[in-house]
Amino acid sequence: MDISVEEPIRVMLAKIGLDGHDRGVKVVARVLRDAGMEVIYTGLHRSPEQVLEAAVQEDVDVLGVSLLSGAHMPIFTKLFELIGQLPEAPRFAIVAGGVMPDEDELALREIGVAEILGQDTPPETVADVVRKLGVAAAAR
Amino acid sequence: MTAISPLAERVVAGELPALARALTLVERRRDGVNELLADLHRRTGGAQVLGVTGPPGSGKSTLVTGLTAEYRARGRTVGVIAVDPSSILTGGAILGDRIRMTGLAGDPGVFIRSIATRGALGGLSRAALDAITVLDAAGKDVIVLETVGVGQAEVDVLAAAQTVAVVSVPGMGDDVQAIKAGLLEIADVHVVNKADRDGAHKTVAELREMLKMTPRTVVGWNVPIRQTTAATGDGVARLADTFDEHRAWLDTSGEGGVRERRNAGTRIRWMAEEFVMRGLRPGAPDFDTAVAAVVGRRTDPAQAARELVRALCP
Ligand code: B12
Ligand SMILES: Nc1nc2c(ncn2[C@@H]2O[C@H](COP(=O)(O)OP(=O)(O)O)[C@@H](O)[C@H]2O)c(=O)[nH]1
Ligand SMILES: [Mg+2]
Repeated sequence: MDISVEEPIRVMLAKIGLDGHDRGVKVVARVLRDAGMEVIYTGLHRSPEQVLEAAVQEDVDVLGVSLLSGAHMPIFTKLFELIGQLPEAPRFAIVAGGVMPDEDELALREIGVAEILGQDTPPETVADVVRKLGVAAAAR
Repeated sequence: MTAISPLAERVVAGELPALARALTLVERRRDGVNELLADLHRRTGGAQVLGVTGPPGSGKSTLVTGLTAEYRARGRTVGVIAVDPSSILTGGAILGDRIRMTGLAGDPGVFIRSIATRGALGGLSRAALDAITVLDAAGKDVIVLETVGVGQAEVDVLAAAQTVAVVSVPGMGDDVQAIKAGLLEIADVHVVNKADRDGAHKTVAELREMLKMTPRTVVGWNVPIRQTTAATGDGVARLADTFDEHRAWLDTSGEGGVRERRNAGTRIRWMAEEFVMRGLRPGAPDFDTAVAAVVGRRTDPAQAARELVRALCP
């Protein structure tokens, strides 16, 4: 059966930990919706376990985590540790967005983050990057 | 029992990743989906299927969360299918029900899946019904379908539930009148949620009036009106009892069998429509040939249709 171009990509957007900055993630949710994607937002203050459970149940193509609290290193480390414990590797790509110093980018990529989209990313770039990762994951 | 595919086997065994994967395959109509559903269909029939509908903001997701917690306390596993509308303009959607259901996280006995309506052309109907099949085969004791219930396709989907609850809220003036006629006819239970607000009694009275004037084809079940405050859980246990009473009534009255047959009929028709829509469109080789033949007066539309339909499912 053909995978039509119009088949919507499914994305989960998550806020993990004490980080209360949700302006950006809400902007991203609308940007992705307007780009034709289906967006499931977890709401604020979730734990890595909760987010992973939800992403697995929803079988999303992309999991986007928004972090402006400065706690991105421990949170992503924990997230990938939990992913490593899953009975099977999930399909989704993981994207990070928010405020993260350049020097952490390499470390984030090394633990498995596919893309990092910082503060001044224009909406079109956000949509393009997520779509590209989503299309690849949807084929898996 | 005949052999089934490895994925179906894992779904039936209740493996979470397999269940999640199967739901994606049926929503995306991937290769092998009909075989998967065929395997799963034979393992269904065990679940109690509930439909919860009502206007946006009436508290459906909050209520579904409370009901799910109640069923879990009673030792029953639950699958939730939460439907939100897709944007007509972009086809995208923000699926917001899950935010309300955070309280259910961490319980392997609860499985929640969000789906978008994806346009009115029957996409939702099939995806939602197939999702019920998957969750039923996976052994969920209760399946709750949340949807705003706009449009015929959604009403048809709700009709697939054994018990349909229509949620309204007090203080919205003529809102009771605004409950869609199609929904009124299929409501088995009315819920007045946000009973903590002023005017709940008035809403109950209005509903009662309206029910008196609504002709019902089904006799023997007096549609109850239940008040809930989903935000605190008040009335939720009572509502769960009411659903069980309705379920018992379906069994004893024979109405359950009537609905199941009507449902099976609807699903057969939808599948047939899908076969026709896929096979009979410009670009499909036999279709283009038939078009040329009709234009060339070598055959007529009815004869062409007969031949095409016959060839659809060899
Ligand atoms: C507005 C703001 C607030 C508001 C938040 C309101 C809200 N509901 O969101 C308020 C005033 C509440 C606030 C509070 C605090 N803040 Co503040 N806040 C900001 C500020 C000025 C702007 C953030 C913002 O909304 N930007 C606009 C949005 C649209 O951009 P964005 O979030 O970056 O998102 C874009 C991209 O990052 C990306 N993106 C974001 N998420 C995602 C996710 C995915 C998947 C993708 C693909 C892309 C993506 O796409 C978006 C669009 O381009 C920043 C400074 C800054 N320049 O970033 C500080 C900042 C984030 N805050 C900061 C701090 C320290 C705090 C406080 C701790 C201050 C305090 N001592 O009380 C508190 C903490 C509150 C909490 N509980 O978390 C620091 C964080 C430092 C750090 N990370 O090390 C910052 C960086 C300021 C600074 N320079 O010190 N804050
Ligand atoms: N006062 C009050 N608010 C409620 C009640 N149930 C839900 N709400 C609130 O109503 C809003 C919409 O609820 P939600 O469950 O998302 O509604 P849905 O759109 O029908 O799914 C939320 O802010 C809830 O907290 C209730 O019983 N009483
Ligand atoms: Mg809802």
